Amino acid sequence: MSAPLLAVDAGVAARGVRLAVGVGDGETVAIMGPNGAGKSTLFALCAGLLRPDDGGVRLGGRVLADHSGAWVPPHRRGIALLAQEPLLFPHLNALENVAFAPRAAGASRRAARAAAERWLAEVDASDLAARRPGELSGGQAQRVAIARALAAEPRVLLLDEPFVALDVAAAPALRRLLRRVLAGRTALVITHEPLDAHLLADRVVVLESGRVAESGPTAELLERPRSRFAAGLAGLNFVAGRSTAVGSGNAGRLAVEGLGEVSGSVPDGVAAPADGEEAVAVFRPADIAVFRPADIPHGSPRNSWRATVQELEPRGVQVRVHCEAGPALGAVPTGAVPTGAGQPVRLSADLTPAAAAELDLAPGQPVVLSVKAAAVSLYGV
Amino acid sequence: MLASARPDSQARGFTGLPRWIWAPAALGALFVVVPPAGILARVDWADFVLLVTSESSLAALRLSLGTAAASTAVVLLLGVPMAMALARGTLPGLRVLRALVLLPLVLPPVVGGLALLYTFGRLGLVGRWLDVLGVQLAFSTAAVVMAQAFVSLPFLVVSLEGALRTAGGRYEAVAATLGASPTHAFRRVTLPLVLPGLASGLVLAFARSLGEFGATLTFAGSLQGVTRTLPLEVYLQREADPDAAVALALLLVAVAAAVVGLAYGRRGLR
Repeated sequence: MSAPLLAVDAGVAARGVRLAVGVGDGETVAIMGPNGAGKSTLFALCAGLLRPDDGGVRLGGRVLADHSGAWVPPHRRGIALLAQEPLLFPHLNALENVAFAPRAAGASRRAARAAAERWLAEVDASDLAARRPGELSGGQAQRVAIARALAAEPRVLLLDEPFVALDVAAAPALRRLLRRVLAGRTALVITHEPLDAHLLADRVVVLESGRVAESGPTAELLERPRSRFAAGLAGLNFVAGRSTAVGSGNAGRLAVEGLGEVSGSVPDGVAAPADGEEAVAVFRPADIAVFRPADIPHGSPRNSWRATVQELEPRGVQVRVHCEAGPALGAVPTGAVPTGAGQPVRLSADLTPAAAAELDLAPGQPVVLSVKAAAVSLYGV
Repeated sequence: MLASARPDSQARGFTGLPRWIWAPAALGALFVVVPPAGILARVDWADFVLLVTSESSLAALRLSLGTAAASTAVVLLLGVPMAMALARGTLPGLRVLRALVLLPLVLPPVVGGLALLYTFGRLGLVGRWLDVLGVQLAFSTAAVVMAQAFVSLPFLVVSLEGALRTAGGRYEAVAATLGASPTHAFRRVTLPLVLPGLASGLVLAFARSLGEFGATLTFAGSLQGVTRTLPLEVYLQREADPDAAVALALLLVAVAAAVVGLAYGRRGLR
């Protein structure tokens, strides 16, 4: 990657955050991670609402903040922030709100008004110009807020969960709008929705506990997650261990504490993990079959584990069965491979309601989980 | 108001108000409302116009309105920055400063007047240096304005600081990321947002200035047309001409009622 336009390499000790994130010119990056991972801190560092304790923030060739005390105040950074709530100035109508940034930049009343009309048209909100924020719906207000941020003509746009405060009906239209206006713009988007990451972002950065857990192109990252959080976003089962052997072709094995050996296959185009290297096994809940302990599965090479049902979660036409999986069924301890020892591993399986009813599943019930080796992706982290 | 409040609240459903609350509440309301009516009952209506348009009365009224307006302006110019600093500033020791600044609120006005006298009087801490420059503040109209500003400043600061804290700093943060300098954001965002709080603070400060007595008498004296404001005139006439005192008192009640009406009228609009 060429030198990023916006480069954050900074720490905030009080929040336990130490991050290195770069955004290329014209690139949109989705920032994902659990609550308290440091997403808001990252935005505050970029926008100038927080000073770093160490490291610094750069935009283009310019130092915005560093540990030696260099400091560019928020209003001189050219970085606009769109918060979860629209936060339109309540004493100004929609047009005046959008004209705020041009006015602050010193534009004449007429020029600012013309620019505001242009940006309102850009977000299809020209008919809202004369309305006060109190007279706008959530979706309309967020639309005007987007126009207001764009009217500042920022070099970088920060969007903090722009859809989270909207009702379900208003989000799709706004998503389409953002997809259009973010094309070619440099932007960071905090989101919890894989859909937003796919639609809006070129790249995803996953934060966990104040650090970058992983980052990569959106499709690749969600298809082959290397962190538990990203796997959760993509709705995939995720177990970490050490690669023990790469067999013929692309078949591989992973030693996982609590599960024993997991057989899987290395995806095409991905280097096979070396023996002993840290690696992960990832598979879809729909690929797990659930059996009663009495019925031992056979056939093609399978991974089978004893497990206990923890919870049944209805999900539309399917039921997600959350289990704690124990040792492999009939596991043969071989040398360094841990078998039954360690924490149980959480795995989820998707069943049809009919299948779930037939198995008469209930929390606490012992079952056997089985997944074909061909359905398990193995790769290094 | 009390009579109509009850059916209204019942029409809106359950209020959770214990019945017995009404008895002490009504007693308190009567305690406040009846005394001004007592003045009305005592007014000599036949000579009312004559009494309030006497030379000394008009001088006191003019002086009162003028000095109260001037002190309100002083309070505006000093109090708004003070409230901003107290509500948004991050300097250490600001909490202690807030307590000190609110001192005039709990200080007896006479003590405030003495404090001003020993600071700005001819021999005072600051006054002796002003005296060298040929400036004498004590017992002048300027002293009246200073005394009024001293006692009414905390009213504006408290009212506005509360409004600023309620409004929070989120809109200012948005304004900053949109390119607004702190000064621009202050003018275009902060002030409009807290305008109701600012207005009620100014009304309170004006009312407090208008009724100022103790600090004024101590620091500025009672010189007709120069420092003798309406409350001082009322007190002076109380012995010499009770009818005039009552008429002027009614005038003060009327002005105070107008000010309160203005403040509550604004609040009602919100």
